[in-house]
Amino acid sequence: MRIDGKGLIDRKTALNFRFDGRSYTGFQGDTLASALLANGVRMVGRSFKYHRPRGVMTAGSEEPSALVEVIERGQQTPNVRATVQELHEGLEARSQNRWPSLRYDLLAMNDLFAPFFGAGFYYKTFMWPRAFWERLYEPAIRRAAGLGSLSGKHDEGIYEKAFAFCDLLVIGSGPAGLMAALEAARAGADVILAEEDSRMGGRLLADTVEIDGRPGRDWAEGVLAELDAMPNVRLMTRTAVTGAYDHGTFGALERVGLHLAQPGERPRECFWRIAAKQAVLAAGALERPIAFADNDRPGVMMAGAVRAYLNRWGVASGKSVAIFTNNGDARKTADELTAAGIEVAAVIDSRPDAPALGDYRLYRGAQVTGTHGRRGLEWISVRDQNGERRVEADCLAVSGGWNPTLHLTCHMNSRPVWRPEIAAFVPVDGAVPGLHACGAAAGVFSTAGCLEDGLRAAGAALEAIGQKAPKIAAPKAEDGAYDISPLWVVPGERRAWLDFANDVTAKDVRLSAQENFRSVEHMKRYTTQGMAPDQGKNSNVGALAVLADATGRGIPETGTTTFRPPYVPVSIAAMGAGGRAAGFAPQRFTTSHEASVERGAPMIEAGLWYRPSYFPRMGETDWRRACNREVHNVRGRVGVCDVSTLGKIDIQGKDAARFLDFVYTNTFSTLQPGRVRYGLMLREDGHVMDDGTTACLAENHYLMTTTTAAAGLVMRHLEFVHQALRPSWDVRFISVTEQWAQFAVAGPRSRDLLNSVLDQKLDPAAWPFMACGAVSVSGVAGRLFRISFSGEHAYEIAVPARYGAALFRDLVARAETMGGGAYGMEALNVLRVEKGLLTHAEIHGRTTAFDVGLEKMMSKKKDFIGKAAAARPGLLGAGREQLVGLRPLDAEREIGAGAHLFRKSDPAKREFDQGYVTSACYSATLRSWLGLAFVVNGRARHGETIRLVDHMRKTEVLCEITDPVFFDPEGEKVRG
Amino acid sequence: MRITCPLCGERDRREFYYYGADDYLRRPGEGAAPEAWDSYLHLRDNPAGITRDLWHHEMGCSAWLVVERSTITHEIRSVKLVSDVQEGGK
Repeated sequence: MRIDGKGLIDRKTALNFRFDGRSYTGFQGDTLASALLANGVRMVGRSFKYHRPRGVMTAGSEEPSALVEVIERGQQTPNVRATVQELHEGLEARSQNRWPSLRYDLLAMNDLFAPFFGAGFYYKTFMWPRAFWERLYEPAIRRAAGLGSLSGKHDEGIYEKAFAFCDLLVIGSGPAGLMAALEAARAGADVILAEEDSRMGGRLLADTVEIDGRPGRDWAEGVLAELDAMPNVRLMTRTAVTGAYDHGTFGALERVGLHLAQPGERPRECFWRIAAKQAVLAAGALERPIAFADNDRPGVMMAGAVRAYLNRWGVASGKSVAIFTNNGDARKTADELTAAGIEVAAVIDSRPDAPALGDYRLYRGAQVTGTHGRRGLEWISVRDQNGERRVEADCLAVSGGWNPTLHLTCHMNSRPVWRPEIAAFVPVDGAVPGLHACGAAAGVFSTAGCLEDGLRAAGAALEAIGQKAPKIAAPKAEDGAYDISPLWVVPGERRAWLDFANDVTAKDVRLSAQENFRSVEHMKRYTTQGMAPDQGKNSNVGALAVLADATGRGIPETGTTTFRPPYVPVSIAAMGAGGRAAGFAPQRFTTSHEASVERGAPMIEAGLWYRPSYFPRMGETDWRRACNREVHNVRGRVGVCDVSTLGKIDIQGKDAARFLDFVYTNTFSTLQPGRVRYGLMLREDGHVMDDGTTACLAENHYLMTTTTAAAGLVMRHLEFVHQALRPSWDVRFISVTEQWAQFAVAGPRSRDLLNSVLDQKLDPAAWPFMACGAVSVSGVAGRLFRISFSGEHAYEIAVPARYGAALFRDLVARAETMGGGAYGMEALNVLRVEKGLLTHAEIHGRTTAFDVGLEKMMSKKKDFIGKAAAARPGLLGAGREQLVGLRPLDAEREIGAGAHLFRKSDPAKREFDQGYVTSACYSATLRSWLGLAFVVNGRARHGETIRLVDHMRKTEVLCEITDPVFFDPEGEKVRG
Repeated sequence: MRITCPLCGERDRREFYYYGADDYLRRPGEGAAPEAWDSYLHLRDNPAGITRDLWHHEMGCSAWLVVERSTITHEIRSVKLVSDVQEGGK
């Protein structure tokens, strides 16, 4: 029911929305919760475990009960708090956890069996037979319990993440936060004021408060107008600060488009990382309920929420409101309701000495012992010294006191301290470095106190960053004392709810203590108290008070559970914004990418790079035909392959050669300009890190190549070796991988092909195997290396990347006229396996130079990285698995990488393992399957027959162990 | 977590690559005993308190850094360039 003339809603802008299929109308400025209450909808969902009817309890993000699904464009978002979802035209929502409908929910029978369903019920009941858990019990429990459901579709919504930086982050925009922001802003500090609500002002929007003789909300408007006009202030509404992290980093979730009917290009949410030099926590306090029998009935609400709905949204939460309290706040509620013309049925104040303050029925020293009504509250039972009586009311406003919103102060391991005079935990100073809690968040509950405290906190923050605080006098406001006499639970037989979201009752907590789960952390896990989406924001303190009572300890000794981020639920999509589909990893494309795609080449991932798998031609029915043809092309004529993805590191300096000697196992200081050498690099632990060629381009100038996979690793390694181990050496290096496009031109006719594109023909005498030098390609300065990864007479030609696309097309077109063409990764792999050349399939991090047969490359004349460790006894000798070749006895029997090897007579079991296959392919050249493998003492076992067992593919093949070089072992072709 | 690179200033930890304890800076010389290499490669303290470890400003200036920090409070006491710490090394 709306109250005329009240609220910060725009009554000229009516909004249509649907809930559970029915149409309703609200106003601009409403939340879904306020609009439902205004329409008299009291029951909005069913509870988690017992399927009890539930209504709106609070007016903020702490809401435990009014969780709904929001439907938008075929998607549904579960567990949306109706108190946070702003109303917009066409909003569609539905209740959760009920079937077939909210009014008639079949699983409400769970409630009748509640005596059996207490805490620990599942643990005790569904123990055996063991196999039934997964197949029967768990699915059944999951169907019955749980909250909302997902659409099952991909979330195609737009999300963003962003960074922000500031001198001072002010969290919360109530009186304390506004004063803090104002002081810092006037001091000239770079200020971010973050407010999780859609509108700034905090409790000033919800309560009738006077500041400097004006309504509090008018005062707030004035401060906000001043802040908004300042260039050094950023006002962020709808932004909940979710976590405090190291060194002034805060996480924050902004709802960007969720409140709009037509969000357009706006993201749904943005996850911020805010780096703040200092921060002020002015997040206010959360009102807590009192546990009494059936206190979860729709119509039972927090008193502060009842005032908020009245003042902010102009909504009466009931026609006749009863108030149940243990503190002085009840007066505000009663006065404001009376002033708005709403009947106050009674005030039930648990304090025997409660002052009579207004013209309403007051029961002193009284307690609410029960609630009644079919789908919502109709009357309550009240007990005082005169006995039990019935009070008619359709709304009960409950206040059990206030808990400071101190969560962020505890995100870095601090625990709050108990302050008995306000019966609440408060943060300790310095709990998070640079974070100053103030106002209600620090246990200061009067408006005047909050205004003062905001100034104090901002002053401390400004001092910490060396800025001078301006002189500002705190405005005048109400400074009443907060008078509370703790009451956590009303004694009685019936169930009294603590955690509404997870259906945890006071009895469950007592049962936990009785069964010796007496630690607060154990109680939490035994009962699931505080583990729902609301994380027990308004129930945890009450629960541990009940636990303290049950275990005979005080509340401070019982302590709190650990506070962890996030403060409010954060969608995974927001935290991982940008990381969906192609956004998961950057894509790196070579200059030949387009040409390869045009030729129909399937592109495969190689790290972040995309490389062509093969280049299909008409009539080729599968990839292997294309691969075989490409291999034949290279062996018989000429092939072209983009090898730009290999890492290229330009190394220069007086000590460059010395440096190479130190990072490679073999010697480079003897390498002459114009020559290339293959090098092997170890990790300091003696295992192979990477291999590749390094060219001496000129004196003190080298170009190192790395494998595609290890390019970044090697760069980092070189930087480390230089800066950490040889800082005084004169050597500099930089990655030039992306600056050069490089193509392998391989095959007996490779020189002919190059001669057709080079401005000067190659002189065979000047270009022996492992030569390098400058060349000119149509006037473009390039580099040529006579190196081979195929065993053929081959070159790699490099040009500045901007010419790569043109050169690739030209080379491939010319190769095709010569009967050759482009070749892809499949052919490249076959060519190198035929030659027994290594990739990271072999140098996979657990193999040594000895294992791969390159121990001769480890120089004895110099120190190098990994030298000492490579000489460890365990890394040498017959016990090591050594690189060998494998040929199936039946050449057509397919073998695959990953298979394991066993002696013919041994069972194929782990303890008899003789080694494993790292690479395998079908060699069109040798008309046989080939493999590379590591076999115990393999080099001494050439010629032995060994059993290959592929447990995964369920194959078994007898193979011969051979030398790993299958093709042209003398290397005649490569030198030819 | 934020690290103040001596060359680039204060940056988010996502710009840095974590390597390990600064023991890696004290590489045994040629011919050192196997025990020295074992210690260099494998033996690490796990202090509750001040630790010194190596970070690489991989997405920044490529500097290797020695970061002195507390494993308890996460406070960073100092950040130095490895090359400065090692100056005078071979």
